Amino acid sequence: MNIIEKLKLAELKGRGGAGFPTYLKWESVLNAKAPKKYIICNAAEGELDLKKDKYILENYLKDVLFGIEIALKTIDNSLAYLYLNKEYYSLIKNKIDNPKIILIEEDNGYIGGEESTAINVIEGKAPEPRKRPPYVSEKGLFGMPTLVNNVETFYYVSKIEKGEYDKERFYMIVGENIKGGVYELKEDMTIREILKQTNNYLEEPFYVQSGGGSCGEILVEEEFDKPVCGEGFIRVISYKEDPYKIMEKWATFLMEGNCDKCTPCREGTYRILEMVQNKNLKGMEEIFSVLEKTSFCALGRGIPTSFRSLINKVILK
Amino acid sequence: MINIEIDGKKIQTEEGKTILEIAKENNINIPSLCYHEDTFAKEGCRLCLIEIEGKKGLHTSCGTYAEEGMVIKTNSKEILETRKTNLKLIFAQHVEKCNECIWNNRCKMLNYAKEWGLCISEWEDRKKNYPKYSFGDVITYDSSKCINCFNCVEICKNQGIGFLEVKKDGAFHKIFPSQDKNKDCVYCGQCVVHCPSGTFSPVNPTLEIEEEIRKGKHVVFQFAPAIRASIGEEFNMDYGSIVIEQMIAGIKKLGAKKVFDVSVGADLVTIEEANELIERITKKENLPMFTSCCPAWVKFVEFYKPELIPNLTEVKSPQILLGGLIKTYYAKKENIDPKDIVVVSVMPCTSKKYEIKREELQVDGLRCVDYVLTTHELAAMFIKHKIDISKIKGEDKDELLGFSSSAGVIFGSSGGVAEAATRTACFKLLNKKLDKIDFKEFRGSKSIKEATIEIEGVKIRVAVVYGLKNAKEIIENNLDQFDYIEVMSCPYGCVGGGGQPVPTNKKIREKRSQGLYQIDEKAEIRIADENPIVQNIYKEFLTNKEIINKIAYTKFSQKQKEN
Repeated sequence: MNIIEKLKLAELKGRGGAGFPTYLKWESVLNAKAPKKYIICNAAEGELDLKKDKYILENYLKDVLFGIEIALKTIDNSLAYLYLNKEYYSLIKNKIDNPKIILIEEDNGYIGGEESTAINVIEGKAPEPRKRPPYVSEKGLFGMPTLVNNVETFYYVSKIEKGEYDKERFYMIVGENIKGGVYELKEDMTIREILKQTNNYLEEPFYVQSGGGSCGEILVEEEFDKPVCGEGFIRVISYKEDPYKIMEKWATFLMEGNCDKCTPCREGTYRILEMVQNKNLKGMEEIFSVLEKTSFCALGRGIPTSFRSLINKVILK
Repeated sequence: MINIEIDGKKIQTEEGKTILEIAKENNINIPSLCYHEDTFAKEGCRLCLIEIEGKKGLHTSCGTYAEEGMVIKTNSKEILETRKTNLKLIFAQHVEKCNECIWNNRCKMLNYAKEWGLCISEWEDRKKNYPKYSFGDVITYDSSKCINCFNCVEICKNQGIGFLEVKKDGAFHKIFPSQDKNKDCVYCGQCVVHCPSGTFSPVNPTLEIEEEIRKGKHVVFQFAPAIRASIGEEFNMDYGSIVIEQMIAGIKKLGAKKVFDVSVGADLVTIEEANELIERITKKENLPMFTSCCPAWVKFVEFYKPELIPNLTEVKSPQILLGGLIKTYYAKKENIDPKDIVVVSVMPCTSKKYEIKREELQVDGLRCVDYVLTTHELAAMFIKHKIDISKIKGEDKDELLGFSSSAGVIFGSSGGVAEAATRTACFKLLNKKLDKIDFKEFRGSKSIKEATIEIEGVKIRVAVVYGLKNAKEIIENNLDQFDYIEVMSCPYGCVGGGGQPVPTNKKIREKRSQGLYQIDEKAEIRIADENPIVQNIYKEFLTNKEIINKIAYTKFSQKQKEN
């Protein structure tokens, strides 16, 4: 059985947050007709407070590299880039000796991790997203078919190749009143199970943010029996914490980390921050609406989720 | 051909066009701000949104290419609501300084806001403390007005200059003048005419000129070739309309004593430049010879390519030459102290504001030109003084320096200088009336045109270029293939200049250019040498080498970074 069949059978989904079936990306790049193809391992992890890829690079670098090598072998005439944020770059820069894996250092915040932005950065262009279609698997780096997978995805590719994959994923749990950390657990576990099993279940009333540090949705106690989606991130938040402070942190992070290309995201995040600081939520929905409907990229379109769920489920409750 | 439908209107169109382009062609108005056909569609402002049947969500019309059978809506309730909010957000970054803005009554942002009933001051302006920069006291960059479309950055890069750079400063990307010691502004002003929000503007001398008039100075206006084909736009006349007599009457109403035509200066430039060209070709010296009437191009050579300074023709530009004549020849004739004369040029150009300050161009210790108004600034002055040049009765040009050949008129379009000089060179070499006056090989919209002209065994290999990046390309790749190269910084030459009315685009530039060539077609005198005014000046005033040198020639020198 070849690797693509194995990926399909294992039902591996991309671990960068979007959850797209991995085998489809591989198949598409493999079948594309082009003189040259590229592989990008995305290690630009930029979501607020998320460090699970860092943990993987620190502890399982060999597996990640093996995953990239499998891709290099599978896709003819290919070259790989390991695309790292500043911190991760300095972590592993002396540890790679495969001439077909080129290290790239980037310093563009949250948007730097978006796959088409990564391609622009590697090409030396402005760090902003590209319009899709064309999808990067058809026309990506230097106009060639490009496979972009997250660090964790490559890690599990190696596990699948070795027959060691058991439907697990990495979770990162953070919170002011818990120990937190990175854990490798089954992917279908519920939030309640994960927090209990890892001893991060607060005794006092709390809610969580699930899926991403700035863009993940807020879930309250009666929603804890869902699995974690997106990036495997859980923030445990006590009701004693000031929700405005949390939103201020998100808004600041997004305003600083976006690419400033389109009006709703550039100006909208600024206005959201202003409203949160003034504790005046009137007008927020108007901004959410243009973010969702008119942002250039998925990052902008996804911004309202966290704010809206926190406002509706916690503040206005 | 493909068939699409926009707002119920069935349209047949060629493939490869965006919805916004098709809508414009079919008089369907889709609001847009960051889109300019000279730049690539950045899809940033998020106003030109549309719905496409069968496709989820809203899409930009500037970034969506038409496909067979597309059914498009441009004005659903959802589109209108989101457009309103995005425009409000744009106004919330941009500081409104409408009274001083080059867009004033044609500001798209403001017009949409009026149309949609928006409150533009709902939020405090994000950029209220953003700084102003001045480039050479010629162009002002007021970053508090910027709406982040970055058209200016792209245009500056397309000019081969790259002086405007995007950098992240704190949470936001901003545009900065380059700190790189190898980059400097050449004042072409293309940022001015490609900015949708009036962030860049020429430094405006209107108040000083009004003060000179008030003080009773002898104020003389001279207007450039290209002005006649564009100033009408500011008064809602058709693109390419030729307005001369009414403009002169308007200028007189402002208080000018005389109004002269820079095209007369252009005729003199043509004659001297053709002499220089024939001399250089005969002696095989400093070839190819470059034109030097575009001051942005001259600054480009002096800063970026100083090794080519000997290749620039040393003949002064038309405005400087004629300005010099006004303060000498005209002053003497009218018995006026040159110190009491104030010369105001009306130019389609921002760089001309820089040129007049060059010390090496002075004559008898005086600047040849004291102030430069752009086309737009003159129009704004008319409007301020309630002069509507589309309605007033025209007045004739002032005779002394008022009538040019039409060769001096086509100077305003790319290829015009080369054609004028070629006509004169042929005239001189053949020493008789020409059978062929039109050199159409120099005309048209191509950015690089080439032709070889052969007269009496003399071969002149000519290139006509607009855009500094294109000039750079010729300089770096095939300089030795030419004897004479005309370079204009702006697209289509001065008709597309940085001091021209906004909006400006390909179609508008073409119309302005056509206007000038129509004058040429109908003109009786089409060669500089045949202009009786010019013949008279050589008979009465430019009678020896010394005086010709003083009035008509200059030297250039290497420039250091100024900004």
